[in-house]
Amino acid sequence: MSSAAFTETVAKAGVDWHSDEMKARRKRRYAADRRLQIYGIVAISFALGFLAILIGSLTFSGHKAFTQTVATIEIDLSGAKVDPNNIKDADWRGIVRGALRAQMPGLSRREERKFFEMFTSSGQFLVRDAVLADPSRLNGVSRFAIPMADPIDQLAKGEISRDTPENQRRVNDQQIAMFDQLVEKGVISTPFNWGLFFNADSRFPELAGLAGAISGSFWSLLVCFIISFPIGIAAAIYLEEFAPKNKLTDLIEVNINNLAAVPSVVFGLLGLAVFLGWLGLPRSAPLVGGLVLALMTLPTLIIVTRVSLKSVPSSIREAALGVGASKHEMIFHHVLPLAIPAVMTGSIISLARALGETAPLLLIGMNAFITSPPDGVFAASTALPTQIYIWADSPERGFVARTSAAILVLLAFLVLMNGIAIYLRQRFERRW
Amino acid sequence: MNIMSEATVEKALDQKMSDANFKMVGKDVSVYYGEKRALFDVNLNVRKNTVTALIGPSGCGKSTFLRTLNRMNDTIEGCRVTGKITLDHSDVYDPSVDVVELRARVGMVFQKPNPFPKSIYENIAYGPRIHGLARNRDDLDAIVESSLKKAGLWNEVKDRLHEPGTGLSGGQQQRLCIARAIAVSPEVILMDEPCSALDPIATAKVEELIHELRANFTIVIVTHSMQQAARVSQRTAMFHLGNLVEENDTDKMFTNPDDQRTQDYIMGRFG
Repeated sequence: MSSAAFTETVAKAGVDWHSDEMKARRKRRYAADRRLQIYGIVAISFALGFLAILIGSLTFSGHKAFTQTVATIEIDLSGAKVDPNNIKDADWRGIVRGALRAQMPGLSRREERKFFEMFTSSGQFLVRDAVLADPSRLNGVSRFAIPMADPIDQLAKGEISRDTPENQRRVNDQQIAMFDQLVEKGVISTPFNWGLFFNADSRFPELAGLAGAISGSFWSLLVCFIISFPIGIAAAIYLEEFAPKNKLTDLIEVNINNLAAVPSVVFGLLGLAVFLGWLGLPRSAPLVGGLVLALMTLPTLIIVTRVSLKSVPSSIREAALGVGASKHEMIFHHVLPLAIPAVMTGSIISLARALGETAPLLLIGMNAFITSPPDGVFAASTALPTQIYIWADSPERGFVARTSAAILVLLAFLVLMNGIAIYLRQRFERRW
Repeated sequence: MNIMSEATVEKALDQKMSDANFKMVGKDVSVYYGEKRALFDVNLNVRKNTVTALIGPSGCGKSTFLRTLNRMNDTIEGCRVTGKITLDHSDVYDPSVDVVELRARVGMVFQKPNPFPKSIYENIAYGPRIHGLARNRDDLDAIVESSLKKAGLWNEVKDRLHEPGTGLSGGQQQRLCIARAIAVSPEVILMDEPCSALDPIATAKVEELIHELRANFTIVIVTHSMQQAARVSQRTAMFHLGNLVEENDTDKMFTNPDDQRTQDYIMGRFG
């Protein structure tokens, strides 16, 4: 009644929409809108700014690791004494040193040692492996790219300054002079550093790469996915569709939510005690890493799956039950297919999180120094984040840039995975 | 007094009719949602090849009663049903009853059209397929075609059977849902306000369809529209506050109801 009375008075008096009071009121309301927008823009700019600083500083310190200074040396293998049936055991050290000596003749023994130090100490193995891969190179002169040792690489990249007093730098004046001679002869070049992706770890920065870490991460994530995806979905389906609502399921639900917030280092300790201690699984293996990551991923995956199951409208469930579908038919024919894009998105995002997880892997020994990529889930291996940890801890100059480069590679994988998740969501999400 | 006696005669006639005329019988049906009681000892029979309309104001329990007939209430947490409901003399709530079979025999059409987000063909074929009603692909094609024909949708969709059912208009979607219900050859079809989301033209089509379906199926329809109840049903039951107020021939219900509350509701005095 009162509202009717109010309407009546207003109708009699009429509303003056153009009064100053009304105008000021509208102005205040618009101002509030604008303020809210500005807060949002400021917040986003902050976030983007910090992201730009992160990427910028990583790129600044890491971009030099994407190139590597190499010397391209001609070696005449037809004259060398290499038994074609036993390439492996030939005197490769002598052959490579001979070829290097030819670049810089007339050095004293002492000078020569300094000269050889300028090249990676594993040059002989690189040449041997190249010949093993292509034995036809034995029949004549062919060119081999031999990476320069880290100090020379740093010198070439300007990280070691020539102005520094000789006794404070790792390259002496004579080596600088010899390097300049090599540059003049056109022997030195700085191609893209494929080794960063295709080499395993090494004590020598010029040879160290991420192949072992990348494949270790791949195997770990594979194990993690194979374990956590079916278990997570099964658990979520049971909890969401079948479990009675009682104290016990409430308790389980609270626990799952808590587990999702447990620090990952705790899962690492659990994995150490259970998988390595009790079950005696191999140390540093991607299998164990994957199992630990699966434990860590499961709670999140269960929560995501439950939410997406819940978001399937009840009308679809009723439609299925209404034509006489049994409960499992309702779930597997109708509810799950509608929920699966969201589940996939959620699991990729959890996997991306698992990819960046470091602490649990450190505890199960995936920070070991391993110089060959793992050939399966049982072989000892590192993972991308633990490789970053190892390199960040290494004193050599070359590892500084490589650490940043490895972080960039990890970020690239994360962006890729999240991109796939977004694509799946856009492509398969159904609206009704 | 005259009215009373007429009602008595009606009752007597009801008794005389052999039980065989009743497809479903509800005796002392009460429904509880947790502590809350939603239905109070409802006695309501559904006659064979008849359209029975359930009317009443919102929250009166008509949908609740409808959903007890195929045990759709089972899916609601904390819902409890007492009393007895029979389908062809066998107790629907007997523990030995197979709910899947019951729901195949008592189909349902919902308030909001809810086709599966699949093709038109798959929408119809789903029920027959899970129940094993078709021996081969040709059988299934035949079932799909005849169901769509019975639902009066065949001519509109025959050229796009493999397009998504959700792409149809609202009225077409609802007829698709009716076709989906028909496809498993139910004996009873329950309709829960099937036209509430449709425009008048689509509503007219669905009502026409209900008329035709009556020859082969027993239909129970919940509706908010008096006119619709009057148009499509032969029997009408009026619910109020969880009680069955009156159940009668539709003609009588709308011209000369026994109960004052029915009269008031139909005249629009409450509800």
